[in-house]
Formats: sequence, C-alpha cells, structure tokens
Amino acid sequence: MKIAESWLREWVDPELNSEELAHQLTMLGHEVDAVEIEGEGLDGVIVGEVLAVAMHPDADRLSVCQVSTGSGEPLEIVCGAPNVVQGMKTPLAQPGVTLPNGLKLRKSKIRGVVSNGMLCSAVELGLGDESDGIMHLPDDAPTGADIAAYLGLPDAVIDVDLTPNRGDCFSILGIARDVSALTGAELKRAEVDGPKAVTERSQPVELVEPGICPTFAGRVIEGIDSSARSPLWMVERLRRAGLREIHPVVDVTNYVMLELGQPLHGYDLDLIQGAIRPRRAKGGEALTLLDEKAVELVEGTIAITDDSGVIGLAGIMGGLSTAVTDATVNVFFEGAYWPPAAMAGRARSYGLHTDASLRFERGVDPGGQARAVERATALLVEIAGGKPGPLVIEQSAADQPERKPVRLRRARLAMLLGAEIADDEVERILEGLGLTLAATDDGWQVTPPSHRFDIVIEADLIEEIARIYGYDRIPKTTAIAATPLETVTETSVDPDLAAATLVGRDYQEAITYSFVDAADNTLIAGEASELELSNPISSEMSVMRSSLWPGLLHAAATNLARQQDRVRLFEIGRSYHGTLEAPDEVVRIAAVTSGSALPEQWGANTRPVDFFDVKADVMALIGLGGSTDDVRFESLEHPALQPGQSAAIRRGDRDIGLLGKLHPNVARHFELKRPTYVFELDAMAALASSAPRATPVSRFPAIRRDIAVVVAESVTASQLADAIKATNNTLIRSVRIFDIYTGPGIEAGLKSVALGLILQETSRTLTDEDADAAVAVAVQKLQQDFGAELRD
Amino acid sequence: MQEIQKLVEAAYAEIDAAAELSALDAVRVSYLGKKGQLTALLKGLSSLPAEERPKAGQAINEAKQAVQERLNSRREALESEALAARLAADSVDVTLPGRGAGIGGRHPVSRARIRIEQIFRNAGFGVRSGPEIEDDFHNFTALNIPDDHPARAMHDTFYFPGGNLLRTHTSPVQIRSMVEEGVPIRIIAPGRVYRCDSDQTHTPMFHQVEGLVVDRGISFANLKAVLHQFVEAFFERDAELRFRPSYFPFTEPSAEVDVLWGEDKWLEILGCGMVHPNVLESAGIDSEEFTGYAFGMGVERLAMLRYGVTDLRTFFENDLRFLAQFR
Repeated sequence: MKIAESWLREWVDPELNSEELAHQLTMLGHEVDAVEIEGEGLDGVIVGEVLAVAMHPDADRLSVCQVSTGSGEPLEIVCGAPNVVQGMKTPLAQPGVTLPNGLKLRKSKIRGVVSNGMLCSAVELGLGDESDGIMHLPDDAPTGADIAAYLGLPDAVIDVDLTPNRGDCFSILGIARDVSALTGAELKRAEVDGPKAVTERSQPVELVEPGICPTFAGRVIEGIDSSARSPLWMVERLRRAGLREIHPVVDVTNYVMLELGQPLHGYDLDLIQGAIRPRRAKGGEALTLLDEKAVELVEGTIAITDDSGVIGLAGIMGGLSTAVTDATVNVFFEGAYWPPAAMAGRARSYGLHTDASLRFERGVDPGGQARAVERATALLVEIAGGKPGPLVIEQSAADQPERKPVRLRRARLAMLLGAEIADDEVERILEGLGLTLAATDDGWQVTPPSHRFDIVIEADLIEEIARIYGYDRIPKTTAIAATPLETVTETSVDPDLAAATLVGRDYQEAITYSFVDAADNTLIAGEASELELSNPISSEMSVMRSSLWPGLLHAAATNLARQQDRVRLFEIGRSYHGTLEAPDEVVRIAAVTSGSALPEQWGANTRPVDFFDVKADVMALIGLGGSTDDVRFESLEHPALQPGQSAAIRRGDRDIGLLGKLHPNVARHFELKRPTYVFELDAMAALASSAPRATPVSRFPAIRRDIAVVVAESVTASQLADAIKATNNTLIRSVRIFDIYTGPGIEAGLKSVALGLILQETSRTLTDEDADAAVAVAVQKLQQDFGAELRD
Repeated sequence: MQEIQKLVEAAYAEIDAAAELSALDAVRVSYLGKKGQLTALLKGLSSLPAEERPKAGQAINEAKQAVQERLNSRREALESEALAARLAADSVDVTLPGRGAGIGGRHPVSRARIRIEQIFRNAGFGVRSGPEIEDDFHNFTALNIPDDHPARAMHDTFYFPGGNLLRTHTSPVQIRSMVEEGVPIRIIAPGRVYRCDSDQTHTPMFHQVEGLVVDRGISFANLKAVLHQFVEAFFERDAELRFRPSYFPFTEPSAEVDVLWGEDKWLEILGCGMVHPNVLESAGIDSEEFTGYAFGMGVERLAMLRYGVTDLRTFFENDLRFLAQFR
C-alpha cells in the first residue's frame, strides 16, 4: 500500500522526519519496501496560463503559445502537446531550469520559432508514469505560483508491505492509529460528521441473508454535477497512492477507501430497479462488470441484486448496468460489511484482485460503514454539489461480529516474552492501541475495539505489547529445552559422509529440480509417473522425478556443451514414487560420469571411463557401511541402460541400486555424444550399516595359492567365487580374481580366470598338505559346476 | 723403520688415488691382506734379533692401523659420493603435478546446510526430516492456516490432483515431529521446499531449515539469544541483529530477523516467533503448560551472503565453472 506522508501527517504528526517515520513503520511490523520522494527538483517551474494558441507556421503538430507567467510580458513557447488550449493553466519551465529527468532548458529555436521555455507533462515533472499531454491544472491555479508549493510537494510516498493479519491497517487511518500508539502523538480527525439530509429520498435495501451482510449503510445524493472535476489535492493524493482521476463519484469512493479502509460503491441511483438485495449467487447467473467483462457467477459468491437480477459482485467490483457515467445525476453510496469468511478466495475465483476485495478478504472494521458513507457524502457534495438524503443503516444485530474480552495474565506475559514489563507500560500500550482494560487479580481483562478483530487470544495481546514495547528491548537469554541426548546411529551411514567419499573420488555435487519433463522421466523410468503437478511452472518441470538421472543427464549435457570434456556429477536427493493418494519418497545417491577416467595428466594414459571405474565408486560408497560380502551385481535389462553393461545391485535379497552405461538412444535424447555411465543407489539400503564386531586376528601366517581355470565365457566372476565359498572350507578366507584372459591358447568361447585363494588357520600354522587339500576341493567344485579345466 | 715409513706413504698414495670401492679394496689386500706388504713385514719379525722385535712389531702394528684408518675414511668418502650419485640419478621434478584422480566438491547449498546443521547439532538439536509431497493438513491447517486464509495465497503452492501438494515450507516437520516425539523437543529440519514462482529472485525449488524448541517456560528472549548466537556462528563474526514484528499464522509473536550488512544495510535472513497455541494444540500439546519457539531460514539466502553469490538462479544451473569455486 502506497501512502503519501503528507496525508498521513494530517492524521497523526509525530516528531519524526520521513526516514525515521519509515523506520518506525518497519519496526511496527509494517515493512516499508520503498520511500520515494516526489516533486523534488521542481525549482523554477511555475503555474503558467496559456493566453493564446496559434499553429506553428512550419510544423503541423506544433503550436506556438503565448504564456503568462503572472508578471511581465507573456512568453512565446512552442508546444507539441495535443491537449494545449487557450485559457489552460499548466506547469511552465523557463530557460535555466533543470527538470527532474535531467533536461536542462534553454531558449531555443524550434523549426524557426524561438521557444522561451516548455509546458510540462506530469511525467516530465516526475509525477507519474504516464500522461496524455501537458498537465491540466485547475482553472483557479494562481498564475506564476511555484508549482511544487501549489501541489503540496515534495512529498514522500511510502510503500508499506502490510501483513495479512492487519486488515485494519489498510488505510491512512489504520496506519495513523498504529503510529499514534507507538509515538504517543495525537490521532487527529478520527470522527467524521456527514452533511444533514435535505431530501427524504433513500434506496431500499433488504438484508435477505444477514449472515453474509450484517451491516449495509447507504445514502442517496440527488442532483450532482457529473462534469465537475475532483479537486487537485484529491487527485494528487489518489495519484500518489497509484489511482487515477475517473469521475467525482468514483474518486470520492476511492479516496474514502484509502483514507478510512472501507471500500464503497457508488451507483447511478436511477439505474437501480427496486430494492437492493445482497445474497449468495446461484450457479450460472451472469453479470457484466464495470470493466465491461462478462462473468458467470461462481456459486457462493455474494451477489448484489435488484429487481433486474445481479448488479454487482459484492466487495469485488460493481456491475456495468448501474455504473455512474457522465450522465449520472442521482447517486447511491453503498458502504457494506462483507465478512472475511464470506469473501475469502472469491475474487480469485474470477481472476480478480481489486482494492476492495483485498480489503474485505483481510477484513474491514465492522463498525466503520456509516462513517465512510458520511465522509463520502460530504466530499461529493463539496465537489459535485447535490442534495443528500438520510443515512440509512440496515443491520442485523444477531450477525454482528462479537469482540469478546481477552484475559491477559501478568505472569504469562513475562514468561512468554522473557521480559518484565511494568504494569503502567502495559496499560499505556494497550490503551494507546484503543483497547479497553479492566484490572483483574492476575492481570487484565482486555476488550479490543471493533477494528481489532485480529485480537482473539492472550498471545495476540502479548504480541501487541511486544510490538509497541519494542522487540529490541526484549533481552537475550540462553536456554534450550531439557531434552535427552540425541541418538547417534550406526545402523546407517550419514549421506553427507557418502557425499564426502564421492567428492574424494572426483565427483562434483549438483542440485537439480525435483520435477522434470514427463517424457524424460518416462524414458528413464520405463513407465509414466502418476505424480504430475496440476500447476507446473512449465512442461519441463511437470512430473516428480522417478530417478535423479534426468536432471543429472541434462546438467552433464549442458556442461559438456560448454567445453567441459570431462563431467562427473552426483546428487543426493529424493525420487518420488507411488500414487497420488499414497506417494512414496526415496532418498537416492546418483551420479553421472562421461569423458576420461582421469583428468588429463603427464603420468597416466588417457582412457575413457568404463563400467569398472564406476563400479569401484559404487563399492566405495557401499563399503562405508561395512562388509560388502553380501553385495551382488546382477546383469539387468533396463530401459535407460545398454544391455550387457548394466547391473542391478543387490544386498542380500534387497535391491539397492543400479549401475550401467547409458543406452545410446537415451544418450542421444539427452544430447550426450560420448559414452556415459550412471549409477543410482537407494541411500537407506546402500548405506545400511551395523556396529562392527571384532574377532581375534590370527597369529599364524596365511598361505596364498593361485590357480587358473578355463571356463565358458558366460560364467561370471561371482559364480566362480560363490562356488568356492559354497565348499564351506573354513581355511579359505578369501578369493580374489586377479586376471581374466581370452586369446591365443584359449579356445573361442572360453576364458581363463586366475584366482588367488588366501588360506589361513587361526589355531596353528597351515601345512602345505592342508592347503593342497583345500585347493583340490575348490578345483573339484569348479570342475563339477562349470566344467572348469585347471590350467598349468 | 724407514722401510715401514715408505710403505705407509706408498699405501696412502694408492688409497687416495682409488676412485672406486673395488680399487680401494685391492689396495687393502695389497697392504693388509694375508699376503699384503705390511703383513709380510710382520711375518719377517722372526728374522730380527729378539731385542728389536717388540719395537719393530709395535712400529708395524702402528703402520697397519694408520693405513687401516686411511682406508676407512677413504671408503666413507667413496660411499657417500656413490650414494650422492645414485640419489642424483633418482631425482624428480617436484613441481610436476601429482598423479591420479582430482577432487570434486560439494554444492554451495549443501555446504551452507551442513554448516547450519553442525552449529545446531553442537547445541544439542536433533535433525529431522519429513515428506516433500505433503497433505493440506500438515502444510496449512495444522499450522493455523485454515482454508481460504489470506496467507495461503502468499504461498504459491504446487498442487497435485486430489489435493496433495509440494510442501511450501519445512514447517510441517514441526507438526510431525511433535506428534511423533512429544515434548520437550529441540530439533531442526532441513530440506527442499517448493513455491510456484520463478523469476530473478525466486526459484520454484529452494531449501529451508526449520527450527523448533518446545518446553516449559521457553520465551521470546530465548529465541532472540539462539538466533543471535546462530548468526554469529554462521558468519564467524560479531553480528548486529534486528528483530522486526511480522506475521506468520503459526507463530505469535512473530518476527522477521534482519542482519546489519556493511555500514547501514539491513538484510532479511529469517523468520521466527513463538509457536502459536493453535499449532501446539493441533499436535496434541497443552499450550498452557508448554511454550516454544520456531524459526525458518532460507539456505540459499544464507549461502549467498556467506559465499558472495549474487544470482540465486546459478545454484540450480549446475555449471561446473560455478560449482568448482566452492571446493
């Protein structure tokens, strides 16, 4: 909300300069977004009077004007504005003056005619963002007067960011009340007297559904002059608040809304048919709004109706059929209370946000309707004449919102804030805010005024006291809750430790969006996800990712396109599964790598990264949790991965992740030109751990026996190792594969596998005979299971 | 006697001339070996008269010892020369880079998040998490934001068909944790949050860290202290903070916290307040007996200030040239 400082000071005038005032507003909880000083640098700009206008001899669009400065000879000035007319008062800048936009005026020839200055638009004076020609000042503007002084400038326009709980502050009055409570400066002009009725005419209003309209104040003004112009001071204040001059009736309703916070509506009385009846809209009713847009009413919206049907959207926008026009003679002002509960979300259902709807949604003073109508009537009569009728207030006593007294306990106040605030200060603060106090045994009984409908519970009062007392005066006291020690688990490894491991293995962490393109996601996951947003930012971010790969692959591709020839990225984040009703989130560790295995260097040959490089990275992660004996890699068909270079990673009977080379078709889709490897782990499963159990270390030496067997190429390394383990020979402590050979000497379709067996006994030194026997059993098992032939 | 002296001098000359250990050894054999020249003199003692023998014997032994010492020192010299030569042949260019893989790095947002977690962990806070796909109750209703509350419109929520949503803040974890663990409670909850908003200063996904402390007698003064200490710990310097009244439906009193940046610039860094009684009650906690404070901070915001990042959007572009700066 933009408020002009000069207007605010008319209501409350504390001894603070503009900057201090803005600071105090911020510290009251009304955050000041900006303070703009308008009308600075207008020295030398005066009110000019256009005495005569003639066509420029050599330019169709220019006029040559004789302009009075109030003294001396009139000046000859060339003007390009289409709206310049004889008799007009308008701002005049003479040679030597520098305008706020930096333009320095000199006497100059324009198409052969000397111009002794410039007639100015509002934009040129820094008084607005748009204008249609030079400023048209009122006819009674004193010629020769300083324009800044005449317009009441300079003035600070303070842009306040109101919080949604303080609907009562959505006006000059509201802000003034808070400033008064804080500074103790007197609140002026709080009361408004309306003009006396001079005609009996009134507009009937029937509260057929009082729950949605507990109060409806109205007043008729007969015989106004619709051609009258709103006075400059009013137009200027509206402008500084961001509103334009439209029609005296509209200007007055806007002005009163800004000043008192109560939105009003002005009808052309002669266009209303019968009584006004506000009621809930039925579905399907139609209305053409003031801005000529046709809407179909949403069921539940409050409709203003008369005998002709719907004539307005209550608290949002009036209808075109009863709108005031230049032909309007008789006016009816509506000042109604539409409860926030009935207004919430209504405007949005029409895609509308109006000054009125914003205020009603947050809540206006339920006791402020009559005052606003009175103020508007007085202003309109002043501007456009007319004879006011009586103020009519239709009200349902039973539906008036109640302001219940709220208990405030002295001890609770001190405990919640952690500050001792003296009783008299508490009382001064609350009374300053317009609350009524009654002393009780342990504190006070506090009754808020009608506009403080936000104060309902004790905490609301404590907040008000803290706010005015000053948060900065509350001490800082260290105390934290008496909670037991946090458990530090060894059942899983902290994902941040896994991240550190990947960092140590030359991976850079990325963070990609949790929502991805639906097609990308389906391509990677092999099936469409149900978890599609109703209102995505864009189609590329519409589906919750089933895998971290789409985001990482895009990031890799983008980097590769930026001349990075080696990319190794990882991410730790969630993937999303399940149904709309029962979604499931899994924390994953995923990575993508493309390019050379090592960075380019002098001491190692460059070769592209391969499956086993990445497998080692995966094993390093899984190994953080302890033994990897039960971890297996099983060949896998996966929609995103190349067959023959992809594996499911299993621990026991649990799937813990995937590893593989990206399928060339998928790589092409993501514009990855080089072989790309990816892995993805379920963090909880892959990082599962347990506290280690120590066993004594054997004091006897181990023996190593190497054997080489020839088996079919389809026999996997883990099949061989598993078979040896299956002999259950306790002497065989571990089996490692140290060479795989195919080529000359080995028949096609076969391979030679070199295995190292480590044998050890805990209680004695192993003999060669023991070792030979154990190896013989292992070889026999391999022969039996795979037809393995021992090589010499 | 003269003969001995000559022999010794000849030995010295040969020792000094030996350029290699093998040559030196040959010299040793030639003088001190079984058939060496000095050894031969000793053998010749028996041909001397008995009264001359002790003197001559002593002279020969002294000569042997002198030659042996000369041999030893020459050997040491030759050995250290040989070692120096071997080492010289084995030297490397120490300025060449080391071999093997490089090192990666964490994302600046993770870096800041870990920092925040460490500070609060050290103060005894537990770290909790909750679902990102939330229901309306935990994201709004339980946090005192009923249907059609104006604050809902400010949240720019992403919805799913059927009414679930992407959490707009980490505050739902407050409710879940209080229901699960009861009170007293002292936790933080870091995580991703989502708002349907994307421009120069907003990304549709960002990170928050929620904090919650509930016990008997917890006050606003406690909140001020913990946040002041946190900000000083995070930035590793003295900090001036400004607590400004604000509004959040789930806290009362509510405050926004600004930190003084440079000479006279106040930068908003987090929101906080005393937990609203309705929030405690919706988690089944007696709001008369227990009070608490809660706070929420934007991790990107803190990371930007700490690491001098000026454009929020760069966090999610994942440009390696940007990310590599945070190693």
